[in-house]
Amino acid sequence: MFLDYLVLGAGTGFNGGDIVSTLVIFLLLMVLLKKFAWGPLMGIMQQREELVASEIEAAEKARKDSHQFLEEQKSLLKEARTEAQSIVESAKKQGEVQKEEILTAARNEANRLKESALREIESEKEKAIAAVRDEVVSLSVLAASKVLSKEISEADNRALIEETIAKAGEAR
Amino acid sequence: MTHEAPLKTVDFGLFSLTFNLSTVMMLLVAAVIVFLIAVISTRNLKLKPTGMQNFMEWIMDFVKNIIKSNMDWKTGGRFHILGITLIMFIAVSNLLGLPFSIAYDHTLWWKSPTADPTVTMTLAAMILVLTHYYGIKMKGTGHYVGTFFKPMSFMFPLKIVEEFANTLTLGLRLYGNIYAGEILLGLLAGLASTGAMGFIGAIIPTMAWQGFSIFIGFIQAFIFTMLTMVYMAHKVSDDH
Repeated sequence: MFLDYLVLGAGTGFNGGDIVSTLVIFLLLMVLLKKFAWGPLMGIMQQREELVASEIEAAEKARKDSHQFLEEQKSLLKEARTEAQSIVESAKKQGEVQKEEILTAARNEANRLKESALREIESEKEKAIAAVRDEVVSLSVLAASKVLSKEISEADNRALIEETIAKAGEAR
Repeated sequence: MTHEAPLKTVDFGLFSLTFNLSTVMMLLVAAVIVFLIAVISTRNLKLKPTGMQNFMEWIMDFVKNIIKSNMDWKTGGRFHILGITLIMFIAVSNLLGLPFSIAYDHTLWWKSPTADPTVTMTLAAMILVLTHYYGIKMKGTGHYVGTFFKPMSFMFPLKIVEEFANTLTLGLRLYGNIYAGEILLGLLAGLASTGAMGFIGAIIPTMAWQGFSIFIGFIQAFIFTMLTMVYMAHKVSDDH
């Protein structure tokens, strides 16, 4: 008798109303929840899924783009480097050529200057020698005239002296 | 110890229905609590979830995984809402009777609705009817009838028995677990009310049993949902 109330259905009998109310309450709850809770929640989860998918796609695309960009930059850099190298190369060559030109020009100029200086020196020397010769002649004339004191005419004197000088020049 | 059920018979003219008013009330309480939890936690839905929305999404994913472990998501997706509602409703129902039970004038009013065999058997029968309904709807009548003769035709009687056995075990497992929990809690409460020594002696077992019953309540809700999906998969999946 102590366990009587444990017997299934003891004291309850067949409760058709409970069956109906259980069904109605559960189904009503399900419908209401679908409308007010699960529906919106599923919607937002779906939305998030889509968002994540599109974000992943965008990230993938950006990665690809950046990769391509990087490749482009790399090739550009390579190009620029070879170009720079060629520019340096040609500049070097040009410099070499210019150096040669300048050197030859300078050498020519120096030669020319030297030549002209030599020529000037030569002519100066000629002039100086002529001047000295004149001076010597007049000095000798002066000296001789003083020595002879007018015994001989100046014309004879001069001829004598010039002869002497010419002899002296030949003897030398 | 024994309490009367508040029965009320309503005459509808052609037939009459007997209502256990406490069961109806507790069903309503459970439904309202589930509804409030669900609606409050799904206000202010955000793409970046916070607080209660996380919890609800966790439950949804949990049920989704239960379904996925049994069948294709393409066929099983339509049972998602049924599964979430079932697991939350049963879990809340199981927990309702734990903190206290209210008896007024020898009539038991507050208890777990799932401690009533009528409720659990109704839910189980509803699930079985749904499995048969979807079995016919999704696979066609021929395939549906054919499943009773597979793998051998002499299995037919066993298959018929299986259907009834499924219903009975599904409903009575839940009922038995919860009802037993409440009986033991009632006995412990009776011990606690015998005097000071009884109260002290009852504290620890009551706490232990309440903790265990919370665990049982969630486990039973999970098992009920899991078995629902297993039976559903038997009927709607291609091969099992």
